[in-house]
Amino acid sequence: MSEIVSKTILQIKEGLKKREYSALEVTDAFISASECNKKLNFYNTFTKEKALEMAKTSQSRIDSGEDKILDGIPIAIKDLFCTEGTLTTASSKILGNFIPNYESTVTQNLWDAGAIMLGKVGCDEFAMGSSNETSFFGEVINPWSKVINKNLSPGGSSGGSAAVVSAGAALAATGTDTGGSIRQPAAFCGVTGIKPTYGRCSRWGIIAFASSLDQAGPITKTVNDSALMLNVMSGFDPKDSTSANKNTPDFLKACGNFNLKNLKVGIPKEYQISGMSSEIINLWETGYGWLKDRGADIIEVSLPHTKYALPTYYVIAPAEASSNLARYDGVKYGYRNSQNHLDDLYANTRADGFGNEVKRRILIGTYVLSAGYYDAYYRKAQRVRNLIIQDFNKVFKDVDVILTPTTPSAAFEVGSQQDPISMYMNDVFTVPASLAGLPAMSVPSGLSTNGLPLGLQIIGKQFDEENVLKVASNIEDQAKFPFLN
Amino acid sequence: MEKFLIHGEKDDYEIVVGLEVHAQVNSQSKLFSGSSTNFGSKPNENVSLVDAAMPGMLPVINEFCIKQAIKSGLGLNAKINKFSVFDRKNYFYADLPQGYQISQYSDPIVGEGTVEINFPDGATKKIGIERIHLEQDAGKSLHDQHPSKSYIDLNRSGVALMEIVSKPDISSPEEAGAYIKKIRSILRYLGTCDGNMEQGSLRCDVNVSVKKDGDPLGIRCEIKNLNSVRFVMQAITTEANRQVEEIENGNEIIQETRLFDAVKSETRPMRSKENAHDYRYFPDPDLIPLVLTDEYINNIKISLPSLPDQIRKNLVDNYGVSEYDASVISEEKEISDYFFLASKGRDGKLVSNWLTTELFGSLNKNNLKIEDSPISPEQLGELVDFISDGTISGRIAKDVFAEMFETKKNPSKVIDETGLKQISSSDDLIPMIERVISNNLDKVDEYKNGKEQLFGFFVGQVMKESSGKANPKLVNQLLKEKLN
Repeated sequence: MSEIVSKTILQIKEGLKKREYSALEVTDAFISASECNKKLNFYNTFTKEKALEMAKTSQSRIDSGEDKILDGIPIAIKDLFCTEGTLTTASSKILGNFIPNYESTVTQNLWDAGAIMLGKVGCDEFAMGSSNETSFFGEVINPWSKVINKNLSPGGSSGGSAAVVSAGAALAATGTDTGGSIRQPAAFCGVTGIKPTYGRCSRWGIIAFASSLDQAGPITKTVNDSALMLNVMSGFDPKDSTSANKNTPDFLKACGNFNLKNLKVGIPKEYQISGMSSEIINLWETGYGWLKDRGADIIEVSLPHTKYALPTYYVIAPAEASSNLARYDGVKYGYRNSQNHLDDLYANTRADGFGNEVKRRILIGTYVLSAGYYDAYYRKAQRVRNLIIQDFNKVFKDVDVILTPTTPSAAFEVGSQQDPISMYMNDVFTVPASLAGLPAMSVPSGLSTNGLPLGLQIIGKQFDEENVLKVASNIEDQAKFPFLN
Repeated sequence: MEKFLIHGEKDDYEIVVGLEVHAQVNSQSKLFSGSSTNFGSKPNENVSLVDAAMPGMLPVINEFCIKQAIKSGLGLNAKINKFSVFDRKNYFYADLPQGYQISQYSDPIVGEGTVEINFPDGATKKIGIERIHLEQDAGKSLHDQHPSKSYIDLNRSGVALMEIVSKPDISSPEEAGAYIKKIRSILRYLGTCDGNMEQGSLRCDVNVSVKKDGDPLGIRCEIKNLNSVRFVMQAITTEANRQVEEIENGNEIIQETRLFDAVKSETRPMRSKENAHDYRYFPDPDLIPLVLTDEYINNIKISLPSLPDQIRKNLVDNYGVSEYDASVISEEKEISDYFFLASKGRDGKLVSNWLTTELFGSLNKNNLKIEDSPISPEQLGELVDFISDGTISGRIAKDVFAEMFETKKNPSKVIDETGLKQISSSDDLIPMIERVISNNLDKVDEYKNGKEQLFGFFVGQVMKESSGKANPKLVNQLLKEKLN
C-alpha cells in the first residue's frame, strides 16, 4: 500500500488500467495515509465515505472501459471551493457551519472527470495568510517538520493542499493563488504548484478573497500531474465574467521536451533582493544553469517596478477583500451572533466570526477605499499595477519565460513570524506575476542547508502555460528532487 | 410662463430642483442573474444564488438590460458612452445581501441629454439630463410581520434600475410634475420601463434648494423615495416653504436627506448617519468594463419607435388636433395607438374631440384604462362616421355612445335597435312641424308680430315631437319656410 501513495497520478492511472489495483484500493491507501497523519491536521472536513462511494463509481467505469481522465484518482480540495453537500468553511468561524447547495465550476470539472474527493483541506482564513496560521481550525503542519523535528509551517494560504500532497496523503489537491498562495506552500512542502493565467480557471463557486487576483490551480507532486490536473480544471465558464473564452490546449504535451534550444529565459535583476540568503542565490544559479545545459538562452532582464509590487498588492487585495467579505454579516447564512439591533448583529457577528488577520485586511481595505484616501492608495496602486504589467509586457518581447526563486527562504517554524509585515515578505517573488495575471509555477528544485525544500518559480506570458510547464519539467528532470513520499 | 416664486415674509424666493428618477428596467430577468423580475410573486420566490450573495457567486451582466438603458438614453436625446464601468457602492443593510450595490459611478452608460416638457397652455421647456446609470435594486425589509423580528424579501434584490439624473433646471412643482410625466411617457413608448408608480417601477428622489433672484445656488436637501407625481409636487412645495422659513428665521439650511410625510404635509430628516456614509465606490472586479461599438448603438437607434414629441407634432400638423389634445393623446402610447386606429380615414379633429371628452370622461367615471375601454377604436370611428354623414345628430350620438359604452355593441346596431337614426327627410318632418304650428297658433302670431326669439321654442317643440331625432339643420330650414 505504501507503494501506492508514493506514486504519481500518471503512474496510478497506468496501474488502474493494468488492474494492478482497484480505484477502491487506491482510495483506501490515501485514506489510511491521511489517517496516519492526523497530527498534521490536513483536513477541515474529511469525507471518507464519499471518497469510497466515488471510488466505487470510478471502478465501475474502469471495469466497463468507460473510464475518464481522473477516474480512481483521490484528491483533496482546498476548503475555499464550494462543494455541494459538504461543509465549506474558508477555514473561518464565520462559515463554520456553511454547507453549499452548489458545486464550484472547477471542482465540478474534476468530478466530471472521475476524480475522487478525500475531503476539504485547511488553509489560511479566507486565503489570507502565508503560513496557515490564520485558520480558525488550527494550522496544517508541514510534513517536512520531521526532518528538523520542529513544527514547520506548510506556507499558505493553500498550505493544507501542499502538505497533503507532500505527505503522500492525496495524489493532488486544488489550491487558489491570490498573491502566491499556491506557489509558496508548494515550495515549502517540496511539491509542484501552478497558478495559471488569470481567467484560465473559473472563479465561480470559489469563496472570493480578491477577485481581480484569485485563480485556482493544482498542487501535485510532478509537473506532468499538474499539467493533467490543469487540463481538467481549466475552461471558459459563462458564469464568470472574467473567465477567458479560450480553448484549453493539452498541457501534458508541453511537458517532457528536454530540448530548450531557441528558448529565452529571463533572469530579472530586481529579484536579487538585499539580504537574500546564499542558498537561495545558489539554487537560482543552479536552476538557470540547468536550463542553459538544455540549450536555453539565459538573459538578464529588468522589471523596474518590482519593488512596488508588494505594497501595491497589499492595497489592492485588501480593498477588494473588504468588499467581498461584506456579505458575511450573520443575516443569511454562516455564524450569527443574534442581537436586537441590526448594527449590533453586524458588529458582534463579524467581531466573533473573523480572525485577526482577516480583520486587519478588512480595515486596510476599508481605509484605502475611503473618501480622501482613495486617490492616494487605491487609485495609485492601480496605476502602479499597470506599470508592473507594462514591465512584464516589455520583458516578454525579449524572453519566453522568467526564472526566479519562489520564496526568499525555506519553510519557517510555526509561530516564528509574528510581525505581519515580515509575513507579507514571503510573497515578494510571487506577487508581481499575480498582479499581472500571468501564469507562474513553483517546482521543487533543491534543499536548503538544513534539508528543507526550496522551489524555483517560472513565470510565463499570458495564456502561455505551455512554456512554463516545459521549463518546469526540465528543472524537475534535472533537480531529481528527493520527495518525502 | 410666469416665474414661480415662494413669497416669504421678507422676500421672494426662486426654487431650484433636480430630480433623480429610478426607473425599473422592463426585463424578464435581473441585471446580473437569471431570476425573474415578476411583480407580486411570493416573498423570496425569485431569488438566485447570486441574488442572495452566496459565497463564491459571481454577477453576469444581462445584455437585454444594457440594450434597454441604451434605448432609454437615445429616447432622451442623450449621449451613449461607449465605455462604462460597474462600480460597487459599499454599505451594510439587511436587505442588501452582498454588502454592496453594483452601480455605475464615474463612468455611466449614458451621458448628457435633454427632454422637452409641455404645459397645458402649449408652452414648452427644455430640461437637461445629467446622466443615466444602471444599478441593482435592493431587497425589501418587512418590519410588520412579527413583533420582534424583521423579515427580508429578496425578490427585488438585483432587479435592474436606471437612475435618470436631471440637471437642476426645474424651477417649479409643476415643471417637476411635467418632467416626470414626460420621462414616464418616453420610457413607456420605448418599452424600457412600465412606469407603474404604484408598484414602485418608477420612484423619485428630489433635490430642492431656494435662493433669492440673482443669488448663487442655495444649500440643497434631498427628499427620498417619492412614488407619485402628486407627492413629488407636494414635497417640493413643502420643502421649499420650510427652507424659506428657516432662512427667514435666520437659520442655515443643512445639506441632508429628508423624508416626506404626505399625511402631516411635512418633510423631516431621515434618521440616519447619512453624512457619515462613505460608500467606498470602486470598480467591481467581478465585471469587466462595458465596451460598446457604434454599430451596436446604431442598430438600437434604428429600431426606436416614434416618441411623444414626434407624435404630438404629427397630430397637430396632419390631423388638425388642438395643441392641448395632442399633448394629452401623445402622452400615453396606448392612447395614441387608440387614436390612430379610430381616426383612420376620418376627421382627426372630430375623433380627438370624442376621444378626449366622451371616452375619457366615461373611462374616468368607471375607473378604466384605455386598454380596457368597452368601445373599441374601430367602433368609436364608426360612431364618428354616423355623425359626419348626418345619420345621427351630435346630441343623439351621445346617447348612442352611452349605450355602446354600456353594452359594447356596434354603433350601427345601437342606432337600429333604438331607432335613434336622425330624421332627415322633409316628408317626415313637415307633418311634425305642421302639428307644432297648429298646436301653438297663439305663439305663431306673436312670432309673426316680431317676437323672433320664439323661433327657438318652435325648434325645441319639433325636436320633442321627433323624440330628438330630427335633423336640427333641416328643422331650422323647414320651420323658417313655414313660419315666414
